[in-house]
Amino acid sequence: MKDLFAVAMLVGIYGLLSASFFVAMDAVDVAFTEASVGAGISTLLMFVVITMTGRSEDPVRHKPLLALIVVVITGGLLIYGTLDMPYFGAADAPIHQHVAPRYINDSMQEVGVINLVTSVLASYRAFDTFGEVVVIFTAGIGVLALLSVVRRRDDDELIDSVNDSMHEQHLILRIVTKMLIPFILLFSLYVQFHGDFGPGGGFQAGVIFASAIFLYTLLFGLSTARRVINQSLIRLIAAIGVLLYGCVGVVSLLNGGNFLDYNVLSSDPIAGQHLGILLIEWGVGCTVASVMMIIFFNFAGRQEEQQQAKEKEKS
Amino acid sequence: MLMGLYNYWVVVVLMMIGFYIVIAHGNLIKKIVGLTIFQTSVFIFYISMAKVKDGTAPILEQGTELYSNPLPHVLILTAIVVGIATTAVGLALTVRIKEAYGSIEESDIQSQDNLIQEAHTQDAQSQVTRSQVT
Repeated sequence: MKDLFAVAMLVGIYGLLSASFFVAMDAVDVAFTEASVGAGISTLLMFVVITMTGRSEDPVRHKPLLALIVVVITGGLLIYGTLDMPYFGAADAPIHQHVAPRYINDSMQEVGVINLVTSVLASYRAFDTFGEVVVIFTAGIGVLALLSVVRRRDDDELIDSVNDSMHEQHLILRIVTKMLIPFILLFSLYVQFHGDFGPGGGFQAGVIFASAIFLYTLLFGLSTARRVINQSLIRLIAAIGVLLYGCVGVVSLLNGGNFLDYNVLSSDPIAGQHLGILLIEWGVGCTVASVMMIIFFNFAGRQEEQQQAKEKEKS
Repeated sequence: MLMGLYNYWVVVVLMMIGFYIVIAHGNLIKKIVGLTIFQTSVFIFYISMAKVKDGTAPILEQGTELYSNPLPHVLILTAIVVGIATTAVGLALTVRIKEAYGSIEESDIQSQDNLIQEAHTQDAQSQVTRSQVT
């Protein structure tokens, strides 16, 4: 397919399909994340990039035959490797023997959280999750370093006039969105705090929160969204989220436990676990939401800057 | 009996589609799309391994004994969000490449690089000959 717009659209559909696949596989938390990331954010980012890099692909192809041979050989070897694998859905597969029984049988006494995914994510493997949050934070810094543009004050008014003329056509969309956004934000908070009892948690909540802001930006223009969301504030929140997560670990160290051992946070181990999980889910949610916003605003800001440069060249 | 392995074959096919796109296409955005498909195939691999027949979602409930394995869910849940963040870094690099080279086709970028390199070597050679003359 030569048209990259269609490619990006198909990626979005693929993301939604894989989300429904994850539901069919009983992985509700994963499906939650994939639906908002794969179908929402990644498609949106691709669109913004395509407006900057051009819509069509160069028709020249380089030796598809050689690539095809490599792919077929690798695929054949991988299929040969699967012949020794346990059957799909088998309950006695090695993967279900190692730590999973402990998570399923003992986590109610040890952590006291109904949703096993949350208790593994935030308590048993909290150190892992800390690493992931730091990676997300670093990626945010990377995008900031690559794309951030210094904005001049006098350009703002010019953008405003452009925006007003552009967005008046979408009156129905704007009104419907205006009604929807509070509910999306509320839903993301529900997902954040209800993560102990049902599917949800900081990662999902952060992504849903960010997508509500994206929706607002798409329909009301970048400069309006910038006025609502302070850029330096979300950078600060991204850092505070990581810091909060790390601080919980340090506090549990100072209380005489291991790093991120929540049992010592409170006199009652279960209450300590609940407190720890609540705090680090907050940290995760803050970081994910603000890093996603940082990424989107920087892409969109770059695109706006390029458009302005083009307009200046014309005039 | 071999039909019990079909989930792995779906994963392998998806993974190879992604791999093919990455190595056969010169367009950088398409390469990133290929990487995304590759990534999703790994997600599907993990999640399908966690599935237990007749099991339910790993949320504790009275009267249910069989749950799917929560550990792969945790790993993939975080991997999806990390994946979009790293994809964003890739796309950001693409934007910068477009600004620097005016193209996101691999062949164009390569030929421009070659031209620059040739110009540099010619410069160096002319300097050497000049110093020999003086």
